[in-house]
Amino acid sequence: MQSYLPIAEMSVNVLLVLGMGGAIGLLSGLFGVGGGFLMTPLLMFIGIPPAVAVGTGANQIVASSVSGVLAHWRRGNVDLKMGVVLLLGGLVGSGFGVLLFRFLRGLGQIDLAISLCYVVFLGIIGGLMFVESLNALLKSRRPRKPQPESHRRGWIHALPFKMRFRKSKLYISALLPFGVGLLVGVLSAIMGVGGGFVMVPAMIYLLGMPTQVVVGTSLFQIIFVTANTTFLQSLMNQTVDVVLALLLLVGAVIGAQVGAKAGAKLKGEQLRVLLALMVLVVCFKLGLDLMLEPDDLYSVTRLRAD
Amino acid sequence: MVWRAAVARAALGALLLLALLAAPARAQTQPLVADLSKHLVAITTGFSGTDVLLFGATDGPGDIVLVVRGPPGREVVRRKDRAGIIWVNADSVDFEDVPAFYWLATSRPLDEFANPAVLERHQIGTGNLRLPVADFAEIPPQTRTDFARALVRLKTAEGLYGEEQGVVRQLANRLFRAELHFPSNVPVGTYMVEVYLIREGEVVSAEITPLIISKVGVGADIYDFAHNQPALYGIAAIIVAVAAGWLAGVAFRKS
Repeated sequence: MQSYLPIAEMSVNVLLVLGMGGAIGLLSGLFGVGGGFLMTPLLMFIGIPPAVAVGTGANQIVASSVSGVLAHWRRGNVDLKMGVVLLLGGLVGSGFGVLLFRFLRGLGQIDLAISLCYVVFLGIIGGLMFVESLNALLKSRRPRKPQPESHRRGWIHALPFKMRFRKSKLYISALLPFGVGLLVGVLSAIMGVGGGFVMVPAMIYLLGMPTQVVVGTSLFQIIFVTANTTFLQSLMNQTVDVVLALLLLVGAVIGAQVGAKAGAKLKGEQLRVLLALMVLVVCFKLGLDLMLEPDDLYSVTRLRAD
Repeated sequence: MVWRAAVARAALGALLLLALLAAPARAQTQPLVADLSKHLVAITTGFSGTDVLLFGATDGPGDIVLVVRGPPGREVVRRKDRAGIIWVNADSVDFEDVPAFYWLATSRPLDEFANPAVLERHQIGTGNLRLPVADFAEIPPQTRTDFARALVRLKTAEGLYGEEQGVVRQLANRLFRAELHFPSNVPVGTYMVEVYLIREGEVVSAEITPLIISKVGVGADIYDFAHNQPALYGIAAIIVAVAAGWLAGVAFRKS
């Protein structure tokens, strides 16, 4: 069954898109990530123009984050104050990111920027996660040793604008979460992702937040950052396809529920190793595409009719 | 779809009959008449490409050449170059008046009956397309040719440009018909369907029929909304997503 996407201006197979949404949803339910970093490359792979894939990806993540944050809110795992500070950074960042996106699109380098962002960030996150989860997997077989407290907090404590975050049990400079939010906002606009895969490690390792409030708080602020990205992409680039977003969403919602149930039966460390491997595979594929001589050196773009 | 094809065949039969009856009367004034089975192609939600039938009559023997041109527009062709270890877009050439769609169909292979100069004059064949370059003076001729060739090649790969020799079917040297296929990624706009009657290498008669391809229904409304009211569209997209996410969260609450 074919459906015509009014913004992407092409037909897609409905079952294929539903299946893709379902597969990404399954992974996000299994691993607890948004899955945007896989969604956008997959959309491009089936021929959706990169700009539309990015704009629509952001729109779809709004929906999946809302449904995810509801569950965390009920368990009281959302640090509102931290969320708001992250959000302020995120809004500034995504505004800047959309402008950057527009500028790069004009230069004809947007595809390169998207791919490069993916390779760099997927490489870093996938690599770190792989090492960390492999260590955890090996350690779980040996008796645990107490970890030494890190001493890298000196310069972080010297920053101004200190704030108390009760739920996260932290007293740190507001500039830190603001900066993290800013970075993730830029990425969200350029990569069409929620940025959870950057945000979550940054919150744990950089800010030192307790793990149980990290996912809820990250999802909370991702809703607003991706909503802002959706709005700005619609306003400036007209690249949000609601029909595509809805199709993806239906699949993703169902997939996420199935994934969450399946994930409960598997071991955490094994899941993380698998996720890390998958991230690295996507990263490797995108990196290889950049480095190998392309099949066709030429590409053509129709400029918007005046 | 079967009944549609049947209706189309019946309608075609009637039209051909009419055309045949009309032909002798019109022959003195018009050596060529042609028309399309429809003048409007509607892109609806279920659109996956479509066929339009072109049919017509001539006042005697001759070869038929058919050219479908999409709306003209500006296209930029970019070429990748190695920069360090990766490939990035480097040179680019802007072409003006590039037809969004170009399809050629003939009754026989072109080189068997047509004069190359005539083909060039009427821009018949993808090799004869005149593609004006925007910054003409600044770009060397070799680059212009390379990029123009790449443009045609890429459009052909997308299924938007093409040539089919010998697909126009002729009957009794008077009637002819051909199926025009439009793929699912066909650009919207006003198309021109040109029919040429060629005798002894020269165009003796030509006819141009417009064909409109446009989005209709929900798809068209969404597109117009996104382009005319981008701010409202963005807000609507967010509301839809929040509502859908909230619904999903509530629906799966128990599980």
